[in-house]
Amino acid sequence: MVGAITLLLVCQLLGTIIAHAAGWPIPGPVLGLVLLLALLVWRGGPSPALHETSSGLLKQLGLLFVPAGVGIVNELHVLRTDALAIAVAIPVSTLLALGVTGMLMQLFARGDR
Amino acid sequence: MHFSPHGDFYHVWIYLQSGPQLGLVATLLVWQGATWLDRRTGHASWSNPIMISIAVLAMLLLATGTSYQTYFRGGQYVQFLLGPATVALAVPMVANFATMRRNLIPILIAVIAGSVTAAVSAMLIAHWLGAPRDVVISMAPKSVTTPIAMGISQDLGGIPSLTAIFVLLTGVFGGLVCMPLFRALRITDRRAQGLAGGTGAHGLATARLLLESETAGAFGGLAIGLNGLITAILVPLLVRWLGF
Repeated sequence: MVGAITLLLVCQLLGTIIAHAAGWPIPGPVLGLVLLLALLVWRGGPSPALHETSSGLLKQLGLLFVPAGVGIVNELHVLRTDALAIAVAIPVSTLLALGVTGMLMQLFARGDR
Repeated sequence: MHFSPHGDFYHVWIYLQSGPQLGLVATLLVWQGATWLDRRTGHASWSNPIMISIAVLAMLLLATGTSYQTYFRGGQYVQFLLGPATVALAVPMVANFATMRRNLIPILIAVIAGSVTAAVSAMLIAHWLGAPRDVVISMAPKSVTTPIAMGISQDLGGIPSLTAIFVLLTGVFGGLVCMPLFRALRITDRRAQGLAGGTGAHGLATARLLLESETAGAFGGLAIGLNGLITAILVPLLVRWLGF
């Protein structure tokens, strides 16, 4: 488990260093995801320990976004003043994105469903 | 040193506020309670442990007059794990790598189109309805899974905690409407349903689609990672292009 967490953190650190050094506007952990993906494709899949640690972490993903969400206490004025913009933009853009992605994939995908 | 019970409690309270324990333990206890409630109600549609935890903790802060900064001394330890959790998304992606390669071009077309549609429509609607720049920017990555969305928001001058709320609202809404929308648009291909759910409303829609089919769930998981990646690359360009 410590080995798996170390690997995840090393990928994140390398991703952050590369993104900053190259001046790319990509979050370090996202580039870390790409690095790990490349490593796992090359090695033919994750070790059992990495698989267990990742799925444990991802199963509790909800907990990890709670502290950021509590930041709402500092943004209550925004939610009040821009309530209309938020209440329209989120549902409409979500419906559009769901529809566009689904229809294009159904149109172009080949092989068995 | 005060020896009255009130005075002692007051000093303990002040002492605890200066450290991480209070915020950390409160976060974990409230989360345990919310997930317990979710299990007890048989995962009812209104029972969202994330939303409930945030609401309860926010009310606790407001009721006790505790600042977010004080709370975050403990909260930061939970939030730090978002980084490694983002990297860990690579693991479920590898499992679907063979399927992905077979339909690589259709998947890329659909996810890129969905990513651009979500970001551009959200930003334009919010802007037209009078939202200021920081709110518009915070809106851009709202279809992406939270750790990636917050990173994008932070880098572009948005408000990461506002983005976290927008991501949650998107997920809750997307999870409720995805199946009725697919029926209305006659999207019956499970791969298309999963890809759309993961792209448009990340993990919360994917969790809903997983109840329908394993294939939809797998494509949803793939779309969460892929859309996070594509949006992280495209949103900075779209923001510049739209002039925000």
